[in-house]
Amino acid sequence: MNKALKIVVLAKQVPDTRNVGKDAMKADGTVNRAALPAIFNPEDLNALEQALRIKDRLPETTVTILTMGPFRAAEVIREAMFRGADGGVLLTDRKFAGADTLATSYTLACAVKKLNPDLIIAGRQAIDGDTAQVGPQVAEKLGLPQVTYAESIDGIDVQAGEITIRRRLEHGVETVAMRLPGVITVNASAPACRPRNAKMVMKYKHARTVSEVQEQQEDYYMALHKERCYLCIPEWGSGDVDADEASLGLSGSPTKVKKIENIVFQAKEAKHLTGSDGDVEGLIKELIASHTIG
Amino acid sequence: MNNIFVYCEIEDGKVADVSLELLTKARALAGTLGCRVEALAIGHNLGGIEKQLALYGAEVVHVADGAELAPFRTLPHAAIVCGVFREEQPQIALFGATCTGRDLAPRVSSALHSGLTADCTSLEIGDHKDAKTGTEYKDLLYQIRPAFGGNIIATIINPDHRPQMATVREGVMKMEPVPANEVKPAEVKPVDYKKYLSDGDFAVRIVAREMEERKIDIKGSPIIVAGGYGMGSKEGFGLLYQLAEVLGAEVGASRAAVDAGFAEHERQIGQTGVTVRPKLYIACGISGQIQHTAGMDGSSMVISINTDPEAPINKIADYAIVGDVNAVIPKMIKYYKQNSK
Repeated sequence: MNKALKIVVLAKQVPDTRNVGKDAMKADGTVNRAALPAIFNPEDLNALEQALRIKDRLPETTVTILTMGPFRAAEVIREAMFRGADGGVLLTDRKFAGADTLATSYTLACAVKKLNPDLIIAGRQAIDGDTAQVGPQVAEKLGLPQVTYAESIDGIDVQAGEITIRRRLEHGVETVAMRLPGVITVNASAPACRPRNAKMVMKYKHARTVSEVQEQQEDYYMALHKERCYLCIPEWGSGDVDADEASLGLSGSPTKVKKIENIVFQAKEAKHLTGSDGDVEGLIKELIASHTIG
Repeated sequence: MNNIFVYCEIEDGKVADVSLELLTKARALAGTLGCRVEALAIGHNLGGIEKQLALYGAEVVHVADGAELAPFRTLPHAAIVCGVFREEQPQIALFGATCTGRDLAPRVSSALHSGLTADCTSLEIGDHKDAKTGTEYKDLLYQIRPAFGGNIIATIINPDHRPQMATVREGVMKMEPVPANEVKPAEVKPVDYKKYLSDGDFAVRIVAREMEERKIDIKGSPIIVAGGYGMGSKEGFGLLYQLAEVLGAEVGASRAAVDAGFAEHERQIGQTGVTVRPKLYIACGISGQIQHTAGMDGSSMVISINTDPEAPINKIADYAIVGDVNAVIPKMIKYYKQNSK
């Protein structure tokens, strides 16, 4: 790694939890992702931007997106390629389903080992779970150091194998230097991701996974992918990453969902008011009289 | 053995509020389980730290004291926590859901292959019967949290792995000292921590730290004027500052408003922000997702202002004003000024 880094960005396609419909939960308490619009997890875009900035500085750097999910999660890889990533890998296997953060981290770590990068960058957390656990757990599984809550990468000393990172904490800012290889998780307060690049969109618009090509059953794609191998997005299953099956999915997850409750607000008698002058003045007088305000 | 452990955050010789809140909760859980509460203090110059911790119920304090252990760094702290947990076999381990706890706890849970639940809003003890195997479990930790963007409340358990780990945000649990006549001195157990550390644990070095005093204190404010996405813009939030100023209040915000850039992250109230219990909470243009209400439903009085009469916030409000915030807030300011003298 003389003039460049090999970077893996961990990204997740997440249900847009800001718009959840009624039938989004399955009977076993897990989420029926198919019922929701799927988006690129916002902080993973911040992470991608940090990787692309390193590539701006060290142009021979490669940025590979690693995502785990159903077939349609390939959309995340394509989106990242449109913005400047070199390619990606989709981790997909029914055996991965029902994983908690620990089983997810195990699976991701198996794939990262195979890619053997100098640096792993991920978003701090995903909006469907908000746990912020996968980044540190992947780091631990790989035996690598971690720097969380990163806001910017201030320096890269490729020779010394050290990277300088600014992290945003509750009460201030900390600058740390981490020996590579290592894991960084990036905060939403970091710079937003650059938009799609028209040239990249032209180049990669036909990028597909094997399953997507088969689904479309178009000879055109088969021929195109044979000719231009950079358009083929690899799909890896549990066998491809040498994973121990007992550590995957639901069986590899120490946490279990005991109960899911839909939100039922406890109704109490609210006094309903309009925004009229009379109502507002009445309320303010009441609050002053009860010493709630004033 | 098999006690409840609380990882205590310490800055400049003072234990963080969140750690004292966790000790308070641990005391209650230990009472139900009939076990003890132990604290883990890792840092430098920790002499006498057990006195602060005993006031909140720590019966045993494990102390790892060394210059290389402060300020906090993930790897050495994780190695020591794992080492102590392997020897002491706690049944439950609690961490603050702070930048430190949320960085450290997942690393520890991964190394010990024990489950971890982030940002719990409630912790209870209960039993469980596995529907498939019929195995019965007694006295598990129910880790309760909103999930999936706050659209559901999930109860998570770790039936087979120990410790059962959870993080809890500052302000979610109450902080109550042990009654003065019941305080007992804590037993100090120095941790021979060097045996847990290797050179690889120092792969991250701190170059600079600029810590600032907390500028915004919404947690301590008796009145909070909070705005949601319905305020429309950063400029729209200006109205809230005006109302807050005349009432002597602080301004809070929902996650949607913070995500949209209307307010700073420090003002975010809810599961992923601060939990507040003011005597008056004025929710302006906030729909009232559980994610938000989890952080404010302990308020003594709630006034909501929303154009939507069906907004969920109205269900927990004492007064629900159906109207446009841009019209109602100026009226509140006007009538407060007229009537307050």
